[in-house]
This record gives sequence, structure tokens and C-alpha cells, in this order.
Amino acid sequence: MIATVLTGACVLAGAGAALSAGLGLLRLPDLLSRMHAATKPQAVGLLMVLVAVGVRFPTGGVITTLLLVALLQLTTVPIAAHMVGRAAYRTGRVPRHLLYVDELDEALSPVPPGAGERPSGRGPDSGGEEPDAEH
Amino acid sequence: MSDLPPFSVRVGRRVVQLPLVVWLTVIWLLMWDGPSAANVASGVAVALVLVLVFPLPPLDPGLRIRPVGLVVFAVRFAFDLLRSAGPLTWQAFGSAGRDTVNSVIGVTLRTRSDLILAGTAIALSAVPGTLVVDARLATSTLFLHVLGGADDAQLDRARAAVLALERRVVRAFGTREDLRAIAGDAR
Repeated sequence: MIATVLTGACVLAGAGAALSAGLGLLRLPDLLSRMHAATKPQAVGLLMVLVAVGVRFPTGGVITTLLLVALLQLTTVPIAAHMVGRAAYRTGRVPRHLLYVDELDEALSPVPPGAGERPSGRGPDSGGEEPDAEH
Repeated sequence: MSDLPPFSVRVGRRVVQLPLVVWLTVIWLLMWDGPSAANVASGVAVALVLVLVFPLPPLDPGLRIRPVGLVVFAVRFAFDLLRSAGPLTWQAFGSAGRDTVNSVIGVTLRTRSDLILAGTAIALSAVPGTLVVDARLATSTLFLHVLGGADDAQLDRARAAVLALERRVVRAFGTREDLRAIAGDAR
């Protein structure tokens, strides 16, 4: 009885997280923002469903496989997101007018675009943190 | 002959890292129903073939497992993960409208370990509001997209969060040298 309730709750919570991922994809304006929605809540959604399966079928063989699925999900999704974000940024699919500060742009440009043109919104502690461009 | 990384043996011209073999065998066992002699033997065989056919550069100075730090890291990771899926988070982003201003910031980590950089980048994917866009190994710099990062205070918070995360990763997996790097830095 308790296991059934727990299973149902986990499946519902997981479905809700996946739904919020879908809504985020619809609502957010640009690719990088949508990547947030595509990576975080859907990972939680999958984990919730895995927990539900583990509660419903609590045998060693099932649980070890679920652990493997969770591990691979948590380690590969960030890398996939990083690859998509990097490709999008470097092909100019990121709308610059929606960015308040863009330190990657400075880091990628081989010549600093004018000494006085630094964006105003730098943190006070960021003085030593600019990475050198790859000369 | 003495330039072998720790826990490694030389097989012909290839260097076999035994921790990697053990790890691959564990993954193999997780895929099956349980550890039996045949499973372990076949897992070791497959792992050896994999590391001989696809050799990886040694991970040096490698990772340590620090139990207390690992528990702190894991609990906080799970908490962040749940928080990032919370309906409030997404309502906040949704109500911000179509002209939400974000930022891309570069945060330079205090350690110079590839492993800590990778671990921090992976763990960052659980933190709501930040997404790794690019990474620079030479300087251990992570470039992050900060959702809703439209003023200096928010960006400072994001930087502090990344450095705090790095500290948790180091306390869970770091070498002594990594620990010194985060201890000697008061930023």
C-alpha cells in the first residue's frame, strides 16, 4: 500500500518535472535559456521515474540497472548541453541584445575591442578573472 | 620503466590503468542481475579489451574519495537538482517575459585540475539558473550562461555559487594540492 502510493507520487512528480521542462522550452526566448529547461527538470523527471520503478520492483538486478541509468544520465546530459551551447554560441545563435554581460565574447575575440569598451556590469571581484584569449 | 602512473601495469606497449579496469567491470556488473564468477570474469575481459583498444591518457594526479566531503556533496547535489525542477523556479522564469536579460560570465576556478573542472561542470548542471557554455582547460575557466543574470549582484552570487561548488567538489574528490588551492584563497 505504502509502496503503491510512493510509486504513484514519484511517477506524478517525475511527470510534472518533465512537463515543466516542456513548458520551459515553449516559454523561454532563446536557445541558451531553453537549454536550461531541456537539461535540468527532465533529468529530475527521469530520476523520479527511476525511483518509482525501484520502489515497485525492489530486486538487486533492477536497482543496479537503475543506478547505472541515473549515473549515465547525470554525467552525459551536462556534456551534451555544453556541446549544444558551445556550438550555438560560436555560430552566432545567441542573441547578444539579451545578454547583460558577455565575458566569453571578450575571451574569444583575439584583439580586445577597444580598451574603454568593457561592459559596465562587471563584478568588483572579477578584475583578475578574465581569461586570456587563445593567442 | 619507472614513469608509470600509480596502479598501472605495462602490457606490451600499452599502459593499463587498473582503476579504470575495475570501474569498467563495476559498470558491467551493474548491467547484469548480480555478481557471479562468470560475470566478473567476462567483465574483466571486456574491460581489458576496451582499455587496450581505446587507451586513455592517465588521470594524474587523479581523484581521491573523501567520505565526509562526498556525503556533503551528494546531499547538496540532490537538493540542488530538486530545486532546479521546482515549479517556483520555472514560474519565475516564465513570468519574466520574452525580453529576459541573461549573462554569460567566466569563472576561473582556484584549482588547476582537469578532474575538478569536469566535476564542477557536471555538478553545475544541477544548480538552477546556470548552464555551462564553454570551458577553458588551460586556465580552468568555466563560461556560464546565467538565467536572469541582469545585474551585478546576481552575477556576483552566481560566481560565489560556482566557487562554493568547486569547494564541495574538492572536498569530496580533491587531492591535497587541490585542497591547498582552495584553502589559500580568500576570495
